Amino acid sequence: MAPSYNAKEEDGHQPGATGHGGAGTMTNKKPDNTAFKQQRLPAWQPILTAGTVLPAFFVIGLIFIPIGFILIVYGLTLLIDYTGVDMSSPCYNCSQSYSWNNTQSCTCSVHFSLDQPFESNVFMYYGLSNFYQNHRRYVKSRDDSQLNGDKTSLQYHICTLNRCSKECEPYRSSDKPIAPCGAIANSLFNDTLELYYIDPNGSRTAIPLVKKGIAWWTDKHVKFRNPSGNNNLTVVFQGTSKPVNWRKPVFELDPLDSDNNGFINEDFIVWMRTAALPTFRKLYCIIQKKPNNMTPTLPRGEYILEVTYNYPVRSFDGRKRMILSTISWMGGKNPFLGIAYITVGSVCFCLGLVLLSIHYRYGKRNNSAEISS
Amino acid sequence: MLRRRLNRLFGRDERKVDSRTIYVGHRPCPTTEALIPPKFCDNRIVSSKYTVWNFLPKNLFEQFRRIANFYFLIIFLVQVIVDTPTSPVTSGLPLFFVITVTAIKQGYEDWLRHKADNEVNKYLVTVLEDGRRARKESEKIKVGDVVEVVEDETFPCDLILLQSSREDETCFVTTASLDGESNHKTHYTVPDTEKNLESLSATIECEQPQPDLYKFVGRMHIYRNDQEPAVRSLGPENLLLKGATLKNTQKIYGVAVYSGMETKMALNYQGKSQKRSAVEKSINAFLLVYLCILVSKALVCTTLKYVWQSRPGQDEPWYNQKTQKEKDTNLYLKMFTDFLSFMVLFNFIIPVSMYVTVEMQKFLGSFFISWDKDFFDPEIQEGALVNTSDLNEELGQVEYVFTDKTGTLTQNNMEFIECCIDGFQYKYADSGTELDGFCVTDGPVSMLQQKAGREKEELFLRALCLCHTVQVKEATGQGDGVGDGVENQVDGVMGLDGEMIHPADLRGFIASSPDEVALVKGAMKYGFKFLGMESKNMRVMNRNNDVETYELLHVLNFDPVRRRMSVIVRTKSGDTMLFCKGADSSIFPRVRQEEVDRIRMHVERNATEGYRTLCVAYKLLSSEEYDQADTGLREAKLALQDREEKLMAVYNQVETGMSLIGATAVEDRLQEEAAETMEALQGAGMKVWVLTGDKMETAKSTCYACRLFQRSTELLELTVRTLVDPERKREERLHELLLDYHKRAVQDAPPIKAGVTRSWSSANQDYGFIIDGATLSLVLNSSPDSNSSCYKSLFLQICQNCTTVLCCRMAPLQKAQIVKMVKNSKGSPITLSIGDGANDVSMILEAHVGIGIKGREGRQAVRNSDYAIPKLKHLKKLLLGHGHLYYVRIAHLVQYFFYKNLCFILPQFLYQFFCGYSQQPLYDAAYLTMYNICFTSMPILANSLLEQHICMEVLMDNAALYRDVAKNAMLRWGPFLYWTLLGVYQGLLFFFGVRFLFSNPALQDNGQVFGNWSYGTIVFTVLVFTVTLKLAMDTRHWTWINHFVIWGSLAFYMFFSFFWGGIIWPFLRQQRLYFVFANMLSSVSAWLIIILLILLSLLPEILLLVLRKPRGPHSRQKKPVVQSGEGETQSPRSSARPLLMRTFSDESNTIL
Repeated sequence: MAPSYNAKEEDGHQPGATGHGGAGTMTNKKPDNTAFKQQRLPAWQPILTAGTVLPAFFVIGLIFIPIGFILIVYGLTLLIDYTGVDMSSPCYNCSQSYSWNNTQSCTCSVHFSLDQPFESNVFMYYGLSNFYQNHRRYVKSRDDSQLNGDKTSLQYHICTLNRCSKECEPYRSSDKPIAPCGAIANSLFNDTLELYYIDPNGSRTAIPLVKKGIAWWTDKHVKFRNPSGNNNLTVVFQGTSKPVNWRKPVFELDPLDSDNNGFINEDFIVWMRTAALPTFRKLYCIIQKKPNNMTPTLPRGEYILEVTYNYPVRSFDGRKRMILSTISWMGGKNPFLGIAYITVGSVCFCLGLVLLSIHYRYGKRNNSAEISS
Repeated sequence: MLRRRLNRLFGRDERKVDSRTIYVGHRPCPTTEALIPPKFCDNRIVSSKYTVWNFLPKNLFEQFRRIANFYFLIIFLVQVIVDTPTSPVTSGLPLFFVITVTAIKQGYEDWLRHKADNEVNKYLVTVLEDGRRARKESEKIKVGDVVEVVEDETFPCDLILLQSSREDETCFVTTASLDGESNHKTHYTVPDTEKNLESLSATIECEQPQPDLYKFVGRMHIYRNDQEPAVRSLGPENLLLKGATLKNTQKIYGVAVYSGMETKMALNYQGKSQKRSAVEKSINAFLLVYLCILVSKALVCTTLKYVWQSRPGQDEPWYNQKTQKEKDTNLYLKMFTDFLSFMVLFNFIIPVSMYVTVEMQKFLGSFFISWDKDFFDPEIQEGALVNTSDLNEELGQVEYVFTDKTGTLTQNNMEFIECCIDGFQYKYADSGTELDGFCVTDGPVSMLQQKAGREKEELFLRALCLCHTVQVKEATGQGDGVGDGVENQVDGVMGLDGEMIHPADLRGFIASSPDEVALVKGAMKYGFKFLGMESKNMRVMNRNNDVETYELLHVLNFDPVRRRMSVIVRTKSGDTMLFCKGADSSIFPRVRQEEVDRIRMHVERNATEGYRTLCVAYKLLSSEEYDQADTGLREAKLALQDREEKLMAVYNQVETGMSLIGATAVEDRLQEEAAETMEALQGAGMKVWVLTGDKMETAKSTCYACRLFQRSTELLELTVRTLVDPERKREERLHELLLDYHKRAVQDAPPIKAGVTRSWSSANQDYGFIIDGATLSLVLNSSPDSNSSCYKSLFLQICQNCTTVLCCRMAPLQKAQIVKMVKNSKGSPITLSIGDGANDVSMILEAHVGIGIKGREGRQAVRNSDYAIPKLKHLKKLLLGHGHLYYVRIAHLVQYFFYKNLCFILPQFLYQFFCGYSQQPLYDAAYLTMYNICFTSMPILANSLLEQHICMEVLMDNAALYRDVAKNAMLRWGPFLYWTLLGVYQGLLFFFGVRFLFSNPALQDNGQVFGNWSYGTIVFTVLVFTVTLKLAMDTRHWTWINHFVIWGSLAFYMFFSFFWGGIIWPFLRQQRLYFVFANMLSSVSAWLIIILLILLSLLPEILLLVLRKPRGPHSRQKKPVVQSGEGETQSPRSSARPLLMRTFSDESNTIL
């Protein structure tokens, strides 16, 4: 830590070395005349002046403002709060009568209408607020090696020998090791959302919701793995118990698609990617564009959102939302980004103008000063 | 057993006693009843700090004594013990890295020391044991052993010289490895020892080991059969020091007196006090601020956490239950651990790496000084030497320069100019010719005859030839005796007599002081040639080419207190004479007054012309007088205690009642570019103080020649001369003068405030202040009733308002006193001392920065300095060039480091408000660890080594630029606040920019959502790019290294992030960053926000640069023009050249 080099000391410590003189003999050589040692390396010495910065400001202004407009204009979002806090809201009853061991699921329907048609693929999100998925205790409460298919963390006798992650406490084991363990998995969002279009003639058509492709490809295919060895997940997960709050074990998460069960269930993977902020949304499903059809994916009109209300949020003052959104090439609609771009772009443009005047004035003064001196 | 213990007890007792007794050859002596061999340490030199066994614990202990390391250790331990957000690896790894690197470095150094120690300790030497010669390892030598050393060997321990193979009982040694003086020094055997060392029975009593290389007192008792023991005094001339090398002598025998770690050499290499730079103080102050920020951040978070948790449903929602253990923990303990956790989370704000980088910068940066070829002096074939790298930046902060005169401002290359014999002036025919142009014909003889009596002349010249300690250097051939060498030389001189003597023959004088050589050479010009010593006889060749011999009886050595030296010689005719030469002030009171008046005029005139003057006196000693002096001297020399004082008393007693014969004037030339250098220093706002032991007149003329005083300078003189007032006491007069000067220099010059160098300008009257040693001691140590502190502060205030202060007649200690006084004055200005001689060592050690000049007066100054340069002129580049750059570099480095860690940690702090104050880190552990080690450390290191915001030549040409960084300008609270605000602004921007982006976390074009690690990665990417680009914007000097490092570390960041996120790492518990970075890059929104935030955070900086620029780019070229236009530096600059030429061509005309 203290490489305070002391040539003197070193010299002093070699007293017997014959012929080694004092400190002087060390530097007896003429210093090398290299550019580096003489601090004369060829160097580029840029100087920022109003003149050089001006064009950059104008260019930035000209690029940023249109980007901002595109960001603002493009994209549609619809947000429906179905928490049921108000007496008037359709899910009020469900939200009140909630308990975990309630086997009878409570459903409620929320009516809403679309003023604008949603074109191309529509993405359906569920949103939670005041839910601290980024709480430290919560974030670390998972076992990635278990989720990656490490069998040892599923076996009870090994798990008790502290081989599997302690981070999962207190959701590590009941009598058998819990799979998947941890608070994140335990609190998996389990409301079921269904969307129905109400034709003008009054009939309901279910809108197909696709659950594929909602999780990162690498998560689905690399990071999350079912324990190997047996294609029958029931066998694989034998000797483990389901998380306390779950109704179904992990291998029965998706009754419709057998490839979407176990740790590689996409809903589960999405949930396991902890959100950055206490108010967040997660991708629930995708409503795909109708092929070879000129009608929009979600035409203007009346809709019903059918909620199987399982997930309690009232205890921590949370909210639940359903969000429909279209996605452009730059991601979901984000008014902030658009506004910021327009603002920065116009600020840069104005600065450019100011600098131009300064540059013009100073340029003159400099010239005159040089002449006078 | 008991006996042994008793012995040890005695041994210890003896150690407390001031002397030790040594039995030569371990033979018991008749008088001592029983030989109790005293215990001395063995001859093993241990310079190494560690052994294999204690290396680890000892080294770790040493390292953790550093407060910073200790702090990081504590943080690490907290991480290990408490459940903290970041794993212990994040702080443990950097700490481990630092500790390991340091340990390896220190271990390697220690291994080298072990090797060197072994080389010394296992070295085979010959020891006489019971008459047999035995080869032994050097470490086995015991005190009392008789050791044989042959030519060109180093002495294995401190020896008393018993026998030499040379006929004249002397030997020559060189102490190059001890003090760097490469001349041969003569050492003498103890007189009258028996030739047969086997039968020698003697004890040596000498003082306990002490580090002064040039002091030794001892006494040797020689026992002969049935006789009273003979007593011989031992002095430094009998002592051969370990580490010195035997030269020109075939072999010697000596008895070991000090061994191993008690040798003077070993005692001398024990640590020197560490100087710490002012920048380090600033760093510590900033650290304190950051520590406060850190603690307050942690406190705020802890408080808010408990406030937040008190709301229902927040502390433990159903989805996030606590473990049983957490529930059971005591609330206050929990609060405390939470506090510690926050500390750990934010501790990166004070990074380990800053210390490493600062140390590396200093260490590597110091090489540029020793590499600089401008510092290379072809004459001595040496460049600059850096003894410490801790003070590089201090070179850019110097406010006061204390310079020695002789050898520093002047060349210390003495030339005999003229002499004055009995009131008549003798000036050598054409002194204007070359230095070595000894066109000695019989000219001077005729000249001399016209003036003083021939007898007086010859007496004077003989005095010059005899009163010195000059040695004639032997021919480097095989000749083994003095006789041969002298003979050769005599022949040579004889052969060349009357013709032009070849300069090569004239270099044959070796002396401790160049004045003496000049005088001896001067005498030679007039026909008296000193031929050398031949066993106590001095041989002088007189004008008639006859060789006169004088028996040298005593040399009364020169010392700075007496300021004179004498010799007592016996002529062939049996007369005993004392010749004395010394400073006028020390001679005049000791000679008859009427003689003084005749010569005083000459002396003073010579002094004002800038010559060094010496007065020569003699005295014929009657036999009684001589006997008295002889016994006195012998007694004093034998004294074990207070020898110095006793000798001094005898000297003073002998050197009285002399008669003055004449005076000499020796010229000391100015160093190359001395005036220009001084002018540049003054232009840079430094105040130059000349501290010299020389006479006022001489010093004053040197100051004028160096342009330190100028014609317009008003001199305020406070010397013994001005204090002489018949009516009043000296103290009253001093008081009056001080008040008067104070009024003139301080009160009547209101714009000049003490210590503010910026306002120093030529518009006001320049003052020069002159004070001499006697008056200074009066000012500093005046009697308690006349409140001395008042004098001191008055004096200091006057001095601070003068452009130049000249302190003459200074003792070495007084020099240090002055430096200390200024150093501790208000505002604690940075001081620099420069000197070349042993008498400057004290001030070199005292000042903040000590500079040694590799001059002629030995190597002590260089050894004790922090930097050594070959010539005074190099000081300009050292300070104005290197110093300025180093300061700017390190200041920027420090500010930048604090800034980059502030905007690194601030988002993490802000994130706590959004994650329920749960200490969730924003960044991944890898990023936390690598940020300071890999991603952002190299660019700043390269920048701080290579940056030249203004190029070297411009800095050198415009001394005034130095003032821009004076008074620690770049590390004061103003700039610190600026950097801190910048850091805060950027930190806020990073965090909230991304936070608003994440109001819709669906950032990918396939609708997929980003999580918290993506959040952190985006912030981190913006951060890394911003701080690196900020550095790029600050870089004014883009070499390929800068390009490579800046773009390279950004590329490395990208590469690392891909790599880190591209693999499932088996050793990681959580795969947090798996493909996070790649997904981020696939998101257009992320790109947009990154670009936007980088641009926005650099925008104010760009604006500032651009708006400042209108005068910026031009100032570089313009500054000199503007400066000279103001007339500030113009007048000295324009007048410098002619004056310099004048001083070099025609020094004798330097007029006051």
